[in-house]
Amino acid sequence: MEKFTKEWNGFIEGKWCNEINVRDFIQKNYRPYIGDEGFLAEPTEKTKRLYGALEEKFKEEKEKGGVIGIDTATVTSLTNYPAAYLKKEDELIVGLQTGAPLVRSVNPFGGIRMARSACRAYGYELSERIEREFLYKTTHNDGVFRVYTDSMRAMRHTGILTGLPDAYGRGRIIGDYRRIALYGIDVLIGEKQKDKKELGRKRMTEENIRLSEELFKQISFLEKLKEMAGLYGIDISRPANNAQEAIQWLYFGYLAANKEQNGAAMSLGRTGTFIDIYIERDMRLGILDEKGAQELIDQFVMKLRMIRQLRTPEYNELFGGDPMWITEAVGGMGEDGRTLVTKTAFRFLHTLYNLGSAPEPNLTVLWSEKLPEDFKRYCARVSIETDSIQYENDDIMRPAYGDDYAIACCVSAMKLGKQMQFFGARCNLPKVLLLSLNGGKEEKYGMEIGPQMEPVEDKVLDYNEVRQRLDYYLSWLAGEYVDTMNVIHYMHDKYAYEKTQLALHDTDVDRVMAFGVAGLSVITDSLSAIKYAKVRPVFDERGIICDFVTEGDFPTYGNDDDRADEIAKELLDRFITELRKNPTYKNATHTLSVLTITSNVVYGQKTGATPDGRKAGEPFAPGANPMHNREKNGALASLNSVAKLRYDSCRDGISNTFSIVPDALGKNDEERKDNLVSILDGYFVQKAHHINVNVLDRQKLVDAMENPDLYPNLTIRVSGYAVNFHKLSKQQQKEVISRTFHERF
Amino acid sequence: MKGYVHSLQSMGTVDGPGVRAVLFTEGCPLRCAYCHNPDTWEMKEESLVGAEEIAERIIRLYPYIKNGGVTFSGGEPCVQAEFLYEVALLLKEKKLHIALDTSGCILDESTKKLLTATDMVLLDVKMTSEEDYGKYIGGSLGKTMDFLGYLEKKGIETHIRHVVVPGINDTEEDIKKLRELISPYTCVSKTELLPFRTLCLEKYENMGIEFPLKGTEQMDKERLQKLAELI
Repeated sequence: MEKFTKEWNGFIEGKWCNEINVRDFIQKNYRPYIGDEGFLAEPTEKTKRLYGALEEKFKEEKEKGGVIGIDTATVTSLTNYPAAYLKKEDELIVGLQTGAPLVRSVNPFGGIRMARSACRAYGYELSERIEREFLYKTTHNDGVFRVYTDSMRAMRHTGILTGLPDAYGRGRIIGDYRRIALYGIDVLIGEKQKDKKELGRKRMTEENIRLSEELFKQISFLEKLKEMAGLYGIDISRPANNAQEAIQWLYFGYLAANKEQNGAAMSLGRTGTFIDIYIERDMRLGILDEKGAQELIDQFVMKLRMIRQLRTPEYNELFGGDPMWITEAVGGMGEDGRTLVTKTAFRFLHTLYNLGSAPEPNLTVLWSEKLPEDFKRYCARVSIETDSIQYENDDIMRPAYGDDYAIACCVSAMKLGKQMQFFGARCNLPKVLLLSLNGGKEEKYGMEIGPQMEPVEDKVLDYNEVRQRLDYYLSWLAGEYVDTMNVIHYMHDKYAYEKTQLALHDTDVDRVMAFGVAGLSVITDSLSAIKYAKVRPVFDERGIICDFVTEGDFPTYGNDDDRADEIAKELLDRFITELRKNPTYKNATHTLSVLTITSNVVYGQKTGATPDGRKAGEPFAPGANPMHNREKNGALASLNSVAKLRYDSCRDGISNTFSIVPDALGKNDEERKDNLVSILDGYFVQKAHHINVNVLDRQKLVDAMENPDLYPNLTIRVSGYAVNFHKLSKQQQKEVISRTFHERF
Repeated sequence: MKGYVHSLQSMGTVDGPGVRAVLFTEGCPLRCAYCHNPDTWEMKEESLVGAEEIAERIIRLYPYIKNGGVTFSGGEPCVQAEFLYEVALLLKEKKLHIALDTSGCILDESTKKLLTATDMVLLDVKMTSEEDYGKYIGGSLGKTMDFLGYLEKKGIETHIRHVVVPGINDTEEDIKKLRELISPYTCVSKTELLPFRTLCLEKYENMGIEFPLKGTEQMDKERLQKLAELI
């Protein structure tokens, strides 16, 4: 690497000067902030003008049914669009995805059919040229379906597995975009070239040949990234020289990733503390004041709010509200005990006031008992006033991931620049329970799936027998699920490798394979019903169970009752153990999440009646939430149930969405803030992982459903992310409204 | 010892300071016209729970309520003062703050014992005349004032609560009278006016009993705010 360059003047030297090591740079140079929000600045005139222009575009997008336009003539890539602007004279941070604001690009690398049908859904036709170009090109989707077995197809078709990234980008990979700002592209290219040379000295095994080709692609895309910035007249070959450049450099990296990939979750990482170092330096030099600093963050966030991908209607059912998961991790503690909260953590949260509340970027507070009290209280205030942020437990993630990790998507932690994930959507646990009771007959289509055996008898179900069956099928499911994921990620690497993002990782990257479950509370309550009440199956004319008759009371998950909660906990422990028995592609480490996004609605539609009393087709509760209106002991008992699920079994995250009416949180603003802080502290000290907080009245949502125009910016947290309420489908809106809102007894 | 427990609401923020667990007990000698918990009037056999079990369930909530506390409510909690005293002692092992939400209609030896383990009393002064107490409550103002006198003597921090019902006790005179009643007591650190609400109608319907104030409107929040300024 180069010697200490002039762009680094004023920074404290360290290991980071001799190797790619952003964490070391941060640790040596950042300044913790333990004060309150009093210093924050209002938006500048420039910001207001630019935001005005953006709001016009948002309005236009909404009027056009959610998509302002599609560039159907261009295949998306880093340098395929000319430089474009929203309002050039007011833009401090530049760069758009396509030739015009909010216009969506076509990305056929995941699958040409998907691209075609997404265009058609909005009244566009994919251009002849692209169709021709991809006629003889293998996409990721083609590759996967060449290999999928009959069983995998059946599981996918019936919805035992849903949302698999086999027709769109897998996402959940976070490039360490900060590297571009700190080192400049040329140094990054130099390091990758060194790695490639080094690799050439080893034996050319299949693994090394592949890695060598991947490095070739990474280097060529770093070159393209430089070229892309060049289109805007900006040279990012060298390190950034000030705060504005630092943000611009790292934003170019993020933008390039979005031009290359249409991953479900394209998260940003953890940029605040890093940026703060540049802001502080500029302030010391007297070239930036607080107004200017906030202006840069506001403008950066505006750019993030403009990122778009083209999706199909089926996709929107699973991931409602057009989310991007531009997740930015805020706060947290360092391994040395200093807080990683800086003034820029406040500045990021403050954008929700300067620019109004919005779902993106997905601001995620890394909560620790030891966070500065004033920061905790500010977060609580932002939650109460905007319903736009989520919280994750830094005290349980830091021991596993160190203090320079970030969150991909909703709840997936990963070490920045060092770890990547193979995203695996989720499997439907209640459906697997039904499959086991029916002896391998899927309850909706009557298809034979998995091992075949006699169904249970027409009498009151015996818990031990049910558990034996379920465990047998869970073991089978684990094998099929891992195999399916192996196929998907082999093909994704082969046909849609993330060149830009992985160029911003260490060459020797650590991999996790993230599995997921949906319907945890439904299967838990169903098993509890079988164990503690009398449940009798009802068979239809095909000899398949179509309903259950349940007599007697049974404990339900969400009431701090160990009889039910232990079932949930044990199921997760068991399932990850079963998954681990099956080898993964590239030896990735198995992880598990309890997270549904909005797919809990679709999962419910695809699932027959369950022994807990849920009727066929009714939605599941989202993520790890208890089933709505089965929580009888109030909010804290519900939180305690969720807190019992072990993060060690679910390293990919345990999502809980918590809605409470303002009056139940306290009598005035000050009390509400204090009480929310107490609740968050109490929840996380018990090693719970995640919580979305909504403080609002149900009536407001009912109103917003009926009069969407009156609530254009109403933002709510759903499941690991936030949405504009009006962007959800009617069905999704109804489901959100039906959830438990904790009220005063 | 066992007690009749209606329910444990794991999160309360309006019955005492901070985040609190609220324990609702069964049994009440009063029949307030505006009662919003008619389901707690009677002691039901199936509601019997041991003091240790209840304390254990509350202590599970310790991480959230350690800076708030626990409130005993009901029903009239003093009906089961012996039982609650036992629960309170168990909670005091964790140094939890304990509030007692009472109408002050029972001041026997058991209640006095319970008060030795109580940090704060939320005293419901329901009406400001014996006549109204007889008419709408089925109790006596004298007893409530005796209770307040005892709290004064023992120096127990007290919040006065008073439900304002349109057409019954919502005039400025009513509120001024309330102020006169309680102003001599230095143990009172706060007086709160609560609005009459009709959220309990469904409960009455489910129980098949007539709601005595059927047809009475909910208390207007702004008017309540105005009245509160008189305190």
